[in-house]
Amino acid sequence: MSDSITMGGGKREFICIVCPVGCPLKAEGDGDAVKVTGNACPRGAVYGRQEYLRPMRVVTSNAAVQGGDRPLVSVKTSGEIEKARIPDALARIRGLIVSAPVEIGQILIDDLAGAPLVATAAVGKV
Amino acid sequence: MTGIRATDVAVIGAGPAGLAAAVAAVDKGANVLLLERDARPGGILQQCVHNGFGLHYFGEELTGPEYAARFAGEAARRADRVSFLPDTMALSLDSDRTITAVSPREGPLTIKPGAVVLAMGCRERARGALGIAGTRPAGVYTAGAAQRLVNLDGYLPGRRVVILGSGDIGLIMARRLTWEGAKVLMVCELMPYSSGLNRNIVQCLRDYDIPLYFNTTVSRVHGSERVEAVTVVKVDGKRQAIPGTERVVECDTLLLSVGLMPENELTRMAGIQLDPVTGGAVVDERRQTSLPGVFACGNVLQVHDLVDHVSREAEIAGRYAAGYAKAGTLPMPKLSVSAEGFTRYVVPQRISAEPEGMVDLYFRVGDAVKPARLTVRTADGKTILTRRKKAMTPGEMEHVKVDVSKLTGDVVVVTEAVGNV
Ligand SMILES: Cc1cc2nc3c(=O)[nH]c(=O)nc-3n(C[C@H](O)[C@H](O)[C@H](O)COP(=O)(O)OP(=O)(O)OC[C@H]3O[C@@H](n4cnc5c(N)ncnc54)[C@H](O)[C@@H]3O)c2cc1C
Ligand code: SF4
Repeated sequence: MSDSITMGGGKREFICIVCPVGCPLKAEGDGDAVKVTGNACPRGAVYGRQEYLRPMRVVTSNAAVQGGDRPLVSVKTSGEIEKARIPDALARIRGLIVSAPVEIGQILIDDLAGAPLVATAAVGKV
Repeated sequence: MTGIRATDVAVIGAGPAGLAAAVAAVDKGANVLLLERDARPGGILQQCVHNGFGLHYFGEELTGPEYAARFAGEAARRADRVSFLPDTMALSLDSDRTITAVSPREGPLTIKPGAVVLAMGCRERARGALGIAGTRPAGVYTAGAAQRLVNLDGYLPGRRVVILGSGDIGLIMARRLTWEGAKVLMVCELMPYSSGLNRNIVQCLRDYDIPLYFNTTVSRVHGSERVEAVTVVKVDGKRQAIPGTERVVECDTLLLSVGLMPENELTRMAGIQLDPVTGGAVVDERRQTSLPGVFACGNVLQVHDLVDHVSREAEIAGRYAAGYAKAGTLPMPKLSVSAEGFTRYVVPQRISAEPEGMVDLYFRVGDAVKPARLTVRTADGKTILTRRKKAMTPGEMEHVKVDVSKLTGDVVVVTEAVGNV
């Protein structure tokens, strides 16, 4: 995976995802100075710079529930985390066992790669 | 037999459409019976654990279960006026709006409502609809069925996966399965473009170096007990397989994400007119079907990509269903709305004799147009509005607001390509 490294120089290409046009972006830089080309509007430059320097993603998954009326509860990071840390985050979610009942919005892990992990559904107790 | 139940409005299906319709009907003074064949409300959103829902409606990004929970909460707050009947399957709808249903708790039910809202959602197209050759081993799933297995039941459907179809469900599942430890080998797309959102192509495929092959399909499934491989083949401009381009890809799972079909068995039973393009009922701007007092909204009416639009459409249907239940009548359709140029269909297909205020026309194009000009005109040639759009794709539903008081005749929604002749 070529574009998962934080910082780092060189030229990289992205598709802008900010609007349906999907401009093909080229980003090049060293350190914090990033030059973005190919963007038809300023929002693309902001996105390209972020993608180049430090791509961020929300992670959504499921965690195992003990004693619940369902075996799983859906979860998300309540903000974006660094893309490079997603594998770690997923491994920790896989190891998680939550006891029922679970409230929607309940914090399940305080700091998962930089953001809290919260439940996105409620699970009742059996 | 548990007698006959009367109610102002019966809503069939408690996905986001049914929930929003029920809430809107109550807020217009109706009592509502909400029938759902599943044990819980929420519909397909229960298994859509990814985020991206609600940006338009709530101005924030929610996951599917969170979005559903907001509407289920609104319905629960009106519990004195909404009776939720879980595990209840509607079996038939008559032309006099009588519904028969069955549930393990209540047995058979006959419901005589003042008005009906159809909110049954849609179904995925399965292998049978595609005619893929080869054996019938285990390991062929629709993407939605696989999503249910992973997200609700906690099973991984396979370890080496080929996905056919690059719509959003296929893309979301590529990432979901990758995150759960499976290897997604490729996504094949019959068309020269994806109907999925750019964001999903980037964040579900590119992030994980999963190749997306356009003009490519799966022509054969191999394996006796379990899928062992699939044959992948390139197609020409007429979507015919190109001989000599076949390639056998070893895998244990094939996911099909090849389109959704509105689930209109009940609609058909009641003799309601269907639109052959959308697969849903023909409705007017109040979402009333050709059978007075029966309304439709959500994926049973037209396949939506944004649940936000589902909620808005359902609120219209719920509101007018309550109105019909009270008054026993609504103005009948007067004008028709049709599609021209790249426009593939328009919903609503009719405008009633007494439309109120501004009406949103929802439509899709049949092919990617970049850039495009959109014109709404009357059949007698009067232009109502024109808009320029940077890009329009079949994957994104468009809508345009029209002042219906200006309408002097049938309406035509035209999409043309501009500039790049
Ligand atoms: C895999 C997937 C991913 C999606 N991703 C997104 C996304 O990222 N963002 C977004 O905005 N939208 C997304 N959508 C679209 C959105 O989820 C749908 O548009 C929305 O759920 C449709 O709502 P609905 O109520 O019409 O249908 P559904 O949610 O399908 O609900 C229909 C309900 O009716 C019930 N029912 C059907 N027949 C009967 C019967 N005879 N008797 C009783 N009950 C019945 C069903 O059990 C179901 O609960 C996605 C959809 C899918 C399938
Ligand atoms: S650069 Fe601007 S116009 Fe191009 S895709 Fe991004 S947001 Fe859209």
